Amino acid sequence: MSQMIKVGMADLNICKAPDALTTIGLGSCIGIALYDPTTKISGLAHIMLPDSTQIRNNSNGAKFADTGIQMLLDDMIKAGANKSKIVAKIAGGAKMFEMSGGSASTINVGQRNAEASKQKLKELGIKLLAEDTGLNYGRTVELYSETGEYHIKSVGKDLKIL
Amino acid sequence: MLTLDEVNAKYFDVLKELGNIGAGNATTAIANMLNLRIDMKVPTVAFLPVEELGTAIGAEDDIIVGIMLGVEMDIEGSMMFLLDMNSAHKIVNRLMMRDESYAEPFDEMDLSAIKEVGNIIAGSYLSALSSMTNLAISPTVPFVAVDMAAAILSVPAVQFGVFGDHALMIETKFSDDLGISGHFILMPEEGSYEKILASLGLSI
Repeated sequence: MSQMIKVGMADLNICKAPDALTTIGLGSCIGIALYDPTTKISGLAHIMLPDSTQIRNNSNGAKFADTGIQMLLDDMIKAGANKSKIVAKIAGGAKMFEMSGGSASTINVGQRNAEASKQKLKELGIKLLAEDTGLNYGRTVELYSETGEYHIKSVGKDLKIL
Repeated sequence: MLTLDEVNAKYFDVLKELGNIGAGNATTAIANMLNLRIDMKVPTVAFLPVEELGTAIGAEDDIIVGIMLGVEMDIEGSMMFLLDMNSAHKIVNRLMMRDESYAEPFDEMDLSAIKEVGNIIAGSYLSALSSMTNLAISPTVPFVAVDMAAAILSVPAVQFGVFGDHALMIETKFSDDLGISGHFILMPEEGSYEKILASLGLSI
């Protein structure tokens, strides 16, 4: 029996085949899925903010794109994944409310989360295979370690498979 | 200077009281708008880790209605009013003079009615806060989203997550014939709490 492992907000986790990882209701946050097709070791991080260096309160590395992706990668390598084979898919980064104001640190945070995630992946030399980011609705994501498929579910929309 | 978490913890009772009065005022406004007699139960105030906000009012994938407004002038930040779908439908049906059991997806008219509800509620909440503190506080235009609870609540989670690890949330339950309940989340910018507390003679 395969298990569906839940990843909370500002959290990350890895799994091996045949298990899957899910995070429910991504808003402006990003679900970063890393996958090594050779070992089927999979990882999912649910980050909230783009940059840990811009925030005083940064003790939880899983909260940020820069530190979260690094931690997820480290965990996967420790579990036996081949760094050179790991590929990425990302989803989320919506703008839930069309507010123009808000604090400087959270303006367009969804878009900035997506950009920071892509930047970090590039820095680490991880290829981004697909993304489903932006727009104005929430996304529930599921990463299946058997196939590397990344399923995206939204309210009133068809299932999207990356 | 205290962090937002420390301010929240130290002045929990004061903030709770502010929340109570604001929510009380807002409830009266809803009652008038819907022409109902509504008794508000004493609101519960929760001081939650931001990671738990997504499940604070139900399951993460429950579909809810979120109304968000900016807060301007002497204090800055934003506030959110959340309704479960059942409550939102009841309010809209009442305003649109529809049958109570009508539960079709909201159309544009319904959404603007919901925004107006948000306007009135936020306005009365903030005016209570304003008269208590003698600070000029004004709401911006409201924005509405109907989506998964976790996705909507990620907005305040991120806002609080910038400054600390906890969020202050006020649950208001109304006892009336309709059975409506709602949640308020006030999201002050760093520095705004200090202004509110200072205006009440409390120093941080």
